[in-house]
Amino acid sequence: MLPELGQAALLLALLAALLQALFPLAGAAGNRAAWMAVARPAAFAQLALLACAYAALTAAFVQQDFSVKYVADNSNSLLPMVYRYTAVWGAHEGSMLLWALMLGIWNAAVASWSRRLPDPVMARVLGVIGLVAIGFLSFLVFTSNPFERLLPAAAEGHDLNPLLQDPGMIIHPPMLYVGYIGFVVPFAFAIAALLEGQVDARWLRWTRPWTNVAWGFLTLGIMLGSWWAYYELGWGGWWFWDPVENASFMPWLVGAALIHSQAVTEKRGSFGGWTLLLAIAAFSLSLLGAFLVRSGVLTSVHSFAADPGRGLFILTFLALVIGGALALYVLRAPGLPQGRPFAAASRETLLLVNNLLLAAACAMVLLGTLYPLLADALDLGKVSVGPPYFGTLFILLMAPLVLLVPLGPLTRWQQEQPSRPLALLMPWLGLALVLAVVAYFMAPQGPLKTAAGVFASVWVGLGTLRFAWTRLRASGRAFTPEMLGMVLGHAGIAVFLVGALLVEAQNVQQEVAMKAGDTARIGRYAFRFDGVERVQGPNYIADRGLVQVSRDGRVLAMLHPEKRAYASGGQIMTDAGIHAGLFADSFAALGEPLGDGAWAVRLQIKPFVRWVWAGALLMALGGFVTALDRRFRRVSADPPAPRGRDGAPSMPGGGT
Amino acid sequence: MNPTRRRRLWFVLALLAAAAVAAVLVASALQRNIAYLYTPNEVLSGTAGEAVSSGEARFRLGGMVATDSFRREEGSLEARFRVTDGDAELEVVYDRILPDLFREGQAVVATGRMRDGVFVAEDVLAKHDETYVPKEVADKMGLAHARHNVDDAPPAEATQ
Repeated sequence: MLPELGQAALLLALLAALLQALFPLAGAAGNRAAWMAVARPAAFAQLALLACAYAALTAAFVQQDFSVKYVADNSNSLLPMVYRYTAVWGAHEGSMLLWALMLGIWNAAVASWSRRLPDPVMARVLGVIGLVAIGFLSFLVFTSNPFERLLPAAAEGHDLNPLLQDPGMIIHPPMLYVGYIGFVVPFAFAIAALLEGQVDARWLRWTRPWTNVAWGFLTLGIMLGSWWAYYELGWGGWWFWDPVENASFMPWLVGAALIHSQAVTEKRGSFGGWTLLLAIAAFSLSLLGAFLVRSGVLTSVHSFAADPGRGLFILTFLALVIGGALALYVLRAPGLPQGRPFAAASRETLLLVNNLLLAAACAMVLLGTLYPLLADALDLGKVSVGPPYFGTLFILLMAPLVLLVPLGPLTRWQQEQPSRPLALLMPWLGLALVLAVVAYFMAPQGPLKTAAGVFASVWVGLGTLRFAWTRLRASGRAFTPEMLGMVLGHAGIAVFLVGALLVEAQNVQQEVAMKAGDTARIGRYAFRFDGVERVQGPNYIADRGLVQVSRDGRVLAMLHPEKRAYASGGQIMTDAGIHAGLFADSFAALGEPLGDGAWAVRLQIKPFVRWVWAGALLMALGGFVTALDRRFRRVSADPPAPRGRDGAPSMPGGGT
Repeated sequence: MNPTRRRRLWFVLALLAAAAVAAVLVASALQRNIAYLYTPNEVLSGTAGEAVSSGEARFRLGGMVATDSFRREEGSLEARFRVTDGDAELEVVYDRILPDLFREGQAVVATGRMRDGVFVAEDVLAKHDETYVPKEVADKMGLAHARHNVDDAPPAEATQ
C-alpha cells in the first residue's frame, strides 16, 4: 500500500512542477499577479509530495518489503539498519529520487527566501526551476520508477552493493547531489535575467550566496568521494581521473569560475554576459554528469548497468536545456549593458584570467572524458584516455592560476599600478622560493614536485594571509564574511597543494608476498605481518590481517586490513587498514592468499595525504562563510556598486 | 587604426595564439595517452597492428579470463592467466594484486604491452558487479560471445 502512495505522491509532485512552470512563466510574461502567485505554493507542495514519496521508499527499505523490485534488488534481510536508510540511494532509481528531493529542497528554499525579489523575477526563477523539475520527475516516473512492484515478491533481497555499505558512502551522494542540483539556482536566475532582458546587480547579489553554497556542497561531495575511494577501493589513490569523478569535477571548475565572475558582475557590472553563460554551463555540466553516470556509456568504477532508454531520455533533456538556454542567450545577450571599462592591470583582468584558465581546464577535462565516446562514434576504435593526459594538462593550466591567486585580492578594481601589490608580496615570494630550494635538496625522492608543492603552497598561503593582515590592520574597515570566505577558500588551495603535490612526490608503495612474521621496510617505516584471522561481521565473513606498523623502531599502530566476503552475493571486498597521521598515513590492504600461508599485501606510506581533504574542507567552508555575508540580504535598492566599497577594497590598507 | 582598435587586435591575436598552443598541447597529450582496446584475436592475428604485436604500443586487452587458466607459484605474487575472446587466447602475466572481482570466466580489461608473445599487464580491471560487463568489451565480443557461449562457463573462484 505504502509504495502505491509513494507512487501517487510522485505523480502529484510532477503535477505541482507543471503548475509551477506554466502559470508563473505565463504570468510574468503577461504581468498577471494571480498567476505568478502560484509559484510559491506549488514549490512548497512539490517538496511536501517528494518528501512523502521519499519517506515511502525509506519505509519499504526499513520494513524489508521485497515485493518492491528496487528494495529486493538493493537490500537484504541481513543488512544492518543504518544501511537500510542509506540503501535508498544505493542504486539508480533511488538516487534519482534523492536527486529530485534535493531539487525540491532548493526549490522550496528559493521560494521562501525570494520575497525581496520583484514578483516577475521571482516568478521566472521559480518557473524555470519548475521546468527543470518536470524533466527530472518525468525521468523518474517514466523510466526509473523506484516503486515498481515485483510479483510474486522475492523471498530474499539481493543485497546492497558491499562497496556502498560504508559510513563514507552514507553522506557522499547527498552532498554531491545538493551541490550538483544547487547550480539550478544561478541557472534559473540566468534564464530569468535573459527573459527579462537585463542583469540587475541587486538580483545578482541575491544569487551569489546560492552559488557559493551549492559550490561548497559540491566541494564537500567530491572530497568525501575521494576520501571514500582512498580507504574503500584498496588502491590508496585519492583521485583517478575516472569519468564519473570528471563528471563532478567539471561543474566544480565552472562553478569556481562562476563565483568569481558573479562577484565582478555584481560589484563592477562587467562580464555580465559571461556570468550568465557560466551559470548555464555549470548547470548543463551537472546534467551532463548525470547522463554520463546514468547511461553507462563510459567504463568507470561507478557505472550502473546500461539502459539505452534512460540514456536517450537524459540526452534529450540535456539537448533541450542546453539548446534552449543557449538559443535564448544568443537572442538576448547582445542587448545586455556593458560594464565599466578597466585597464590591463586591474583586478578585473586577473579575474578574467582566472575564469579563462578554469574554463580551459574544464574544456580539457570534458574533451578527455568524451574522447572515447567521440572516437567510438567516428569509428576510430575503442580507446581510453589515460590519467597522464589529465594530470599533465591540468598542472600546466593551473600553474599560472596558482601564481596569480595572492595578487587578486591585493589588486585594485579598474586600474592598478602593478608594482604596488608586487611590492607587498615580494618578501613572501622570496621566502617561498628559499623554502622550495631547501625542499628540493632535502626531499628523499621526487625533488621537483616536492619543491613545486612547497613553493606553491607557501606562496598562496602567505600571500593570502598578507591580504588578511593588511585588511585587519587597516582600522575602520570591516572584515566581512565575504572576505573571510575568500581567505578561507584561498588558504584551502594552499593546504590542498601541500597534500596533492607532496603525496604525489613522496608516496611509496610496495606490493609484497608476506607470511606471518615477515617484516617489510619502507624508509623509516617497518610493517610486520602477524598473519590473518577470521572474523564474522553482521552480513559478511572477513579475513582480517594483523599488520604492526612502526617508525624508527617505535610502534605506531596495529592495522587491520580486511578482505570481506559478503553472505548474499559472494562478493569480495577490500577494506584497507590505515593509520592516519597529520604528516603521513601508513596504509595496508590485503590482496589474495597466495597459498602456503602467504598473502599478497599492499603497503604504502602516504605523506600529507590528509591535507588534500583538509584543503577541500577549507574551500567548502569558504563558500559557506561567504554566503553568510549580510550584504547579500540587504533590502535597499542601492545603486549597483559604487566605486570602492563592499568586500572589494579599492584601496587596500597596505597601500595607504 | 585607433589605439582602442589596436589593443583589441592584439588581444584577439594573443587569444588566438593561446588557443593554438593549447590545441597543440592537448592534441599531443591525447595522442600519447590514449590506449586502444583489442581482443586476443585481434592481437594474435595482427589486425591490431605491428606496433601492438611488437610490444611498442601500450594498449588495453579485453576479454574473458579463460576457465582453468589461472596459475600462480605458491607464495609468489606473479600470476599467469589466459584471456579469451572465444576465437583466440592470449597469455597474460601480472605481478601485482588482482582486483577483488577478478574471476575465471568473467570479463577483464588489462592495460600493458606484448613481450615475447605474452601480454605483460601493468594494470588489471575486473567487472564491477555480477551483471556488468564493460560496454566496450561487450561490443567487441558480441559475435564471438554468441558463437561460443563464453559467458556460461561456471565462474570459478580464483581468489579464494
